[in-house]
Amino acid sequence: MSTRARKATGITLFWRILWARAYPRIVGAWREKDWLFFETVVPLGTTAGFVFVYRAAGAPPEFAGFAVLGGAMTAFWLNVLWAMGSQLYWDKDGGNLELYVLSPGPLMAILVGMAVGGIFMASVRAVTVIVVASLLFNISYQVSSLPLLILVFLVTMAALYGLGMIFASVFLASGREAWHLANLLQEPIYLVSGFYFPVSALGFWVATFASVIPLTLGMDAIRQIIFSTQSNIGFLPVETELILLCFLAVILLALAWYSLRKLEEIGRRDGRLIERRR
Amino acid sequence: MAMMSRIFASPAVRRSPALRSLLSGLWLGWQIETNWANPIVFITYFIARPVASLTILVVMYSVIAQDILGTPFFAYVYLGGALYLLAGQIVVGVSWVVIEDREHYRVAKQIYTAPVNSYAYLLGRGIARFAVSVLSVSITIPLGVLVFRLPVTWSAIDFPLLIVSTLLGLIAMAALGVIIGSYTYQITRQAFSVGDTLNGVFYLLTGAVFPIELLPEVLRPLGYLLPSTYWLELARRALIPQPVAFQAISSLNTETLLAILAGMAVVFAVLSVVVFIWSMRLAKERGVLDVETNY
Repeated sequence: MSTRARKATGITLFWRILWARAYPRIVGAWREKDWLFFETVVPLGTTAGFVFVYRAAGAPPEFAGFAVLGGAMTAFWLNVLWAMGSQLYWDKDGGNLELYVLSPGPLMAILVGMAVGGIFMASVRAVTVIVVASLLFNISYQVSSLPLLILVFLVTMAALYGLGMIFASVFLASGREAWHLANLLQEPIYLVSGFYFPVSALGFWVATFASVIPLTLGMDAIRQIIFSTQSNIGFLPVETELILLCFLAVILLALAWYSLRKLEEIGRRDGRLIERRR
Repeated sequence: MAMMSRIFASPAVRRSPALRSLLSGLWLGWQIETNWANPIVFITYFIARPVASLTILVVMYSVIAQDILGTPFFAYVYLGGALYLLAGQIVVGVSWVVIEDREHYRVAKQIYTAPVNSYAYLLGRGIARFAVSVLSVSITIPLGVLVFRLPVTWSAIDFPLLIVSTLLGLIAMAALGVIIGSYTYQITRQAFSVGDTLNGVFYLLTGAVFPIELLPEVLRPLGYLLPSTYWLELARRALIPQPVAFQAISSLNTETLLAILAGMAVVFAVLSVVVFIWSMRLAKERGVLDVETNY
């Protein structure tokens, strides 16, 4: 006697697709040991370089911690650029995008699944960098509030991956330039978001404009929480930054949903959604 | 294009497959690196990244010390960061060429079966990346002079030393790039990480932005094995009359440094040919010469 499969619809379908897309990233992070090696050695080289820069300048030991935190957080930014922003473009190139579009599932669920898997992958890399670099350079942390640290991190991730979903639509529409766009958004963002130094050093207005990148406020808040013995390093009070990050998360996720719908509409109309060009 | 046609039609180029392949790779690499956007976007792209990288260093030092701009130590850091752009591009550039040809453009098998000298072609593509980076450096150093009081003056630049050391450095670093590119042929899924990983490690080991003496003793000898360590020191000496002195590399005189770099150029050039031939043979045996992983 055959049993009929129950067709998933609505939220159930969204939920299943989300985990189906997140699955390869979560499993892949553990199955591929060589990936883990490359993913930790790449940021460690540059991070160690910046630690030595601070040491050469005779900076207090906490500044080496700033460099390590920045090096770890690059994992999330690079993940947003390359594994979120560029992903749909690569999926189009590899022939997966047409399967996504033809499937009954919503594209938004695929993007959210990519984000969930991406956060996991980047977290593995970030935690490894923090642990290894902290041991290598003897860095200590004074965490003022662990629940607040976790809350700030989660809200930052929600906002950041909302931005990543917007990038996915924009990069897909930009074709061959996607590669260069992602490249262009690396070092300039490391600079204006204060990855390796307190963003307040750039002055109020630069820090304010840079706050549109969620990592600017997120890292500033995390820095204030985990280096609580250092005074006057924050751009804004942690509570204010948390409220602003909540606003950013809502706005960016809504914009991501809108831009994906718009992209799909334009892509279908112009017949470019699954067109491959190199 | 007309100029390139004339060069390709010249008797010397027509007679030499290696030279023809080198120039083809160079021309193709230049087109790929530069023709993806209009000139304004392209220039913005090639200014924004290096300027941002160097400004990160400027801000890091400024956070610690107030009056660091214009000091010899700042010049050491800034010039090291700016010049490393060239070294990094050529050393890891060939590795990216392999990935681009194999995975992105999917033309590895066409290139392999075409009547080209593959070694010279790869070298040409690597030199094209170097040439594009020269544009970035030629902007970032004057910017350092104008904005960050970098003590470089046109009249004080030792041009013969700069040119000779850069030519020797170019040979040695390009050969190292081919060695890394050859190794990239053996790697499939993580191939794209090889160049970036080594770039980060070399950035650390060459002491581009901090004195190499700060490295743990066990790591310092690795830095001494890299041609970029010597080229950076020589280029700094050529650009600044009295660069800040540290121990080790800085204690060697200029002639000794040039001799070491020349020796490295010869050794790496020979080694790169050997490694390239071995790697191509192995890649054919393993069937990974044109493998597409979509990774």
